[in-house]
Amino acid sequence: MKVWLVLFLGGILTYLTRLSFIYLFDLWEIPLWLRKSLRYVPPAVLSALIAPELFIRSGQFLISFENMKLLAGVVAIVTAIFTKSMFWTISSGIIFMLTYSILM
Amino acid sequence: MIPFCSLYICLEFLDFDGVGTRLKTQESLYAFLEGVRDETPLLFAVVPFGVIYGITALEAGLTKLQTQLMSCIVFGGSSQFAASKLFAEAAPWSVIVLTVAIINLRHFLYSASIAPYTQRLSFGWKALLAYLLTDEAYVVAINHYQKQQEHSYGHLYFLGAGIALWTSWQLSTAAGIALGKMLPPEWPLDFFLPLTFIAILVPALKSHLSIIVAIIAGVSSLLLYGLPYKLGPIVAALIGIMSGFVLEVGKRQ
Repeated sequence: MKVWLVLFLGGILTYLTRLSFIYLFDLWEIPLWLRKSLRYVPPAVLSALIAPELFIRSGQFLISFENMKLLAGVVAIVTAIFTKSMFWTISSGIIFMLTYSILM
Repeated sequence: MIPFCSLYICLEFLDFDGVGTRLKTQESLYAFLEGVRDETPLLFAVVPFGVIYGITALEAGLTKLQTQLMSCIVFGGSSQFAASKLFAEAAPWSVIVLTVAIINLRHFLYSASIAPYTQRLSFGWKALLAYLLTDEAYVVAINHYQKQQEHSYGHLYFLGAGIALWTSWQLSTAAGIALGKMLPPEWPLDFFLPLTFIAILVPALKSHLSIIVAIIAGVSSLLLYGLPYKLGPIVAALIGIMSGFVLEVGKRQ
């Protein structure tokens, strides 16, 4: 039940966001403060989701060579900066983790 | 080709443009196919993403039907990933809806930016194109609108780009669902997600301010990790967005 509720409400809210200005163009102009803030939504949201995945292991903050996901994340970030390719970013992280699991 | 053409024929019968004149068949088909063509390079990035989504959503405990329908109903890659992650962590439904809504807030920007070009269309067209307004379709469509002087067939171009993306997203989700059960259980599937997010985040960091915003949001997310109901990341994201706005206003003065 919970999943269906999320699909329904999440879908409606997302759709209304997309339709908003396409439909209301003549009625309402996007305020400047909103336009400026929205630009920071992707970096803020993504970074907030990534950070705990990398740094927190079973509830504890962990910076160490034993934290495989942190290392894989760093490898992926460096690859992303240099290759600018989604494919290589994801692949480098996966290849690193597989190698790490075999060697350690 | 066959699904794209049959779709076009349906459109002919609907005659959405509201002017009453029949669309000029060849020119509108051409605009539609141009949209499909220009969207194609982006599909190479979208398809693996869809496959990974299908796998992770199943992993998070969604049924096959729910996994596929999320791709139809929500139709927004990063929000679908984030929702899967929260389902796996058994977050409350309200937090998941809030997270999806906030991640998808950026569509306000796309909607506002494309609105001047869709202004003269009928409501049916507006409703359809809004559904297809994703990051990837937006990029291609706005580029086309800004290059062209004349926009009579712009909506068909947009439709072509949107349908190409939609079809790829649905099929790649289905492929992920099919693959999901075949992968060995020791694969660290849960880490595909952060890797995918990194692959989207890093190219989006184009200005110093966006890098600062990402750091503030990331650090806040670690500090707020203990918040109840898995609210930490979304509160951290709001802190990041607000500081970006404040810093930008401060810089100008």
